[in-house]
Amino acid sequence: MNYGYFPGCSLHATAKEFNDSTKLVCDKLDLELKEIDKWICCGATPAHTTNQELGIALPFANLQLAADQGFDTVVAPCAACFNRLRSADFEVKHSGYTAERVGYITGSRTDINVRILHIIQLFRDEYGYSRLKEVFSKPLKGLKVANYYGCLLLRPSLVMKLDDPENPVIMDELTNLTGAESVPWAFKTECCGASLAIPETEIVLDLSKKIIDSAKNAGADVIAVACPLCHANLDMRQKQIGKKFGADYSTPVLYITQLLGLALGIDPSKLGLDSHLVDPYPVLRAKNIL
Amino acid sequence: MARIGVFVCHCGENIGRTVDCSVVAKESAKLRDVVYSVDYKYMCSDPGQIMVKDAIKKHNLTGVVIASCSPLMHEKTFRRAVQETELSPFLCEMANIREQCSWVHEDKVLATKKAVDLVRLMVEKVKRNTPLEPIRIPVTKRALVIGGGIAGIQAALDIADGNQEVVMVEKSPSIGGHMAQLSETFPTLDCSQCILTPKMVSANSHKNIKLYTYTEVESVTGYIGNFDVTLRKKARYVDDSICSGCGICQEKCPQKKISSEFNTGLGKRPAIYIPFPQAVPNIPVIDKERCTYFKNGKCKACEKFCDRNAIKFDQTDEFINIKVGAIVVATGYEMYNIGKNNKNGIKGYGEYGCGEDPDIIDSLQFERLLSASGPTFGEVKRPSDGKVPETVVFLQCVGSRDKAKGMEYCSKICCMYTAKHTMLYKHKVHHGQAFVFYLDIRAGGKNYDEFVRRAIEEDGAIYLRGRVSKIYREGDKLIVKGADTLSGSQVEIAADLVVLATAITAQPDIVPLAQKLGVGYDKYHFLSEAHPKLKPVETNSAGIFLAGACQAPKDIPESVAQASAAAAKVLGLCSATELEREPYVAKVYESTCAGCGFCIEACPYKAIDNKAIVNRQGKLIKNVAYINQGLCQGCGTCLSVCRSKSIDLAGFTDEQIFSEINSLFV
Repeated sequence: MNYGYFPGCSLHATAKEFNDSTKLVCDKLDLELKEIDKWICCGATPAHTTNQELGIALPFANLQLAADQGFDTVVAPCAACFNRLRSADFEVKHSGYTAERVGYITGSRTDINVRILHIIQLFRDEYGYSRLKEVFSKPLKGLKVANYYGCLLLRPSLVMKLDDPENPVIMDELTNLTGAESVPWAFKTECCGASLAIPETEIVLDLSKKIIDSAKNAGADVIAVACPLCHANLDMRQKQIGKKFGADYSTPVLYITQLLGLALGIDPSKLGLDSHLVDPYPVLRAKNIL
Repeated sequence: MARIGVFVCHCGENIGRTVDCSVVAKESAKLRDVVYSVDYKYMCSDPGQIMVKDAIKKHNLTGVVIASCSPLMHEKTFRRAVQETELSPFLCEMANIREQCSWVHEDKVLATKKAVDLVRLMVEKVKRNTPLEPIRIPVTKRALVIGGGIAGIQAALDIADGNQEVVMVEKSPSIGGHMAQLSETFPTLDCSQCILTPKMVSANSHKNIKLYTYTEVESVTGYIGNFDVTLRKKARYVDDSICSGCGICQEKCPQKKISSEFNTGLGKRPAIYIPFPQAVPNIPVIDKERCTYFKNGKCKACEKFCDRNAIKFDQTDEFINIKVGAIVVATGYEMYNIGKNNKNGIKGYGEYGCGEDPDIIDSLQFERLLSASGPTFGEVKRPSDGKVPETVVFLQCVGSRDKAKGMEYCSKICCMYTAKHTMLYKHKVHHGQAFVFYLDIRAGGKNYDEFVRRAIEEDGAIYLRGRVSKIYREGDKLIVKGADTLSGSQVEIAADLVVLATAITAQPDIVPLAQKLGVGYDKYHFLSEAHPKLKPVETNSAGIFLAGACQAPKDIPESVAQASAAAAKVLGLCSATELEREPYVAKVYESTCAGCGFCIEACPYKAIDNKAIVNRQGKLIKNVAYINQGLCQGCGTCLSVCRSKSIDLAGFTDEQIFSEINSLFV
């Protein structure tokens, strides 16, 4: 079975390592991802905050492209892309008026049925935990991971339908399959400040600090994420946080696909472990994973 | 020769506004066999009824049609009036020109025409009415009370004091229910046990009450005045006729670490146990699932030490058949659990840790911590480390009024008991501080609002209007993050203990019981009363009444009041030797009945049976259908399946219905 792959802008740029690790892991698992030809912007936050119809039409146009290219399933690793695709699909399916408008704007039919999966859902629901357990060759024994879900992956839960929005476990389950240990902690779904990083950086520093503190207090060696923006706020801002609060902040933040890649025995530099601002190598070496 | 009178009611403006009643009266007068017709503003009033009665006498009427409201509203009223003239009440019919005409139409000319048609239908029907005789059924003067909480106990005592027999059934080993678990009760702070336990003892010793504990209702058949009930007395493995309740078995049982239901998991109990020291009856029960002997075939410590030989490992469930005339359902409630695995697919509270932190407890658990008979002997100590909590945060509306959790209703009692909790806590921990997160304070009731004010003003509870978004542990403390919507600020409280006022929910096993009883229930599985205002203790199954929280969340005073009301209904029912009911039941023409049995299959009330017709020599001639008039509800299902048209419904015969229809084509 092949899946229409929607990388979105982040995975072609700032979150290149998320893209690389996703593709390498899927290759290894024989999950064939084929990038949707001529995909366009999902609209992200700017579209739906300026014009509601634009915020639906942009992502929906991608679903139309996927349908035209014969895909019945689209996989998106970026939490924001996933969120926008699911939301657009939901709106069109639940409102005849919206469907009509979106059909007019995109100039294409709206009665399409394309499944939208997040990359971690692909592992849980399509590949399955029992098979995954078999293929991990390099167990990440001893590594304690705080899985950070953020907001877009889970909310609104009625639309995302991925996991319990208050106490999600899907990333923890995947982490535990690799042999690493997911730690219970309280800030799994707290806000990281998201796009306030640009206009209100201070807020992001405060919020991200609390998340990192909570992970550290829970005994985590690394934080795992499944969203490029979460990663940017948590990884990129640690130096600034350290400066602001007068303490050392150096908790590595990895994409969940990088952890899975490591457990599959994929070369860490190919997984993009070199491109993080907080260097994960010392921790991984100390735990005898590298 | 029929002589029919037609009485057209204006119902004030209700009918008169859209239907020209004087025209209806005039037109009715032209109908065949109508000898008198009149219209009047309020036909149901005293002068209206007198008009009807006088006309019957003066014009020698043989039938009456009242054109007014729905028969549900006033058929009884007018039939009673007709009866006073010695005309059979069954010769009075209602033409509904209000609900089925004036209220649903606007065009006065057309509505008036329709009203005349409706009158014509009823005139044709009433001509063919026969003076029926009400059915009389005997009453068994004994009541069954299901549930031994405060509502059940009160209902049983009131019925028993009214000199009627009561059988009381409780599924757990002791009566007492939730009230036995409470510390002190609002709004007077009197000790719950002190006011309840004497009633428990009375219930057990009353000469008119037969108490079965550890017993469930297996099946119910029959009808008002004549229910046949089978009870399943579950095996206790202790002979209650021998046991003296000395308690040595509890002491000697090697299994001591079983979580105690009575102490809401905060205490332990052995495998053979009396749920609490004041239990009624004071007889232990063996928890078969956890008993070492039942699990491994070895132990029998209790048997060895019992000097009365009361332990009976070979006891089995016993079935008891009883006949009762009325049933009171008082099965109570259960508290919603915020854990992951909840009943009915209701979601837990992930944001509050799904109940996995020992210091996040529910209100019933807090009651046990406050109770002198509780696991801490009334000292407020938190479960994790036994420390006296100095900051306690109370959360109201956990689950209740939350559409996302599937419980949109208000649990009603939480505002009051939370206020009580803050008070009792302050009385025990003087330097402690209580915080309450609430949505609204609903303290309607005698001395209730004053009570809440006292908690705030005298005992210093800090009330914050808003919800809590998250509770998480940070070392020794629980961090409670919430909103104070009155000041518009975010609040973070480092608490030692968090108490959740979780929703009152229906008993998890209520649905099968409701189905056995034929009692309706709502989407939350609370049992349905017959009318929300005018029949609050009756159900739609005649002879079955409700008391307490099985119907909706209720506090103690309300449960007791409803229990006494249910008892009054039962006593009223038992005061007659016979019950009268409307004779609208099906009857079989035995000469044409082929005995095919289709009607037996079709009857939803199991009211039809086979009857053998034998000749004088006792030889079977044929089988025919036989209808039990006590069970028949007159639904008419059997008529529609009868292939030989051998069944008819008294009061609604085929002849009557067809003549009504034919009258429309004149």
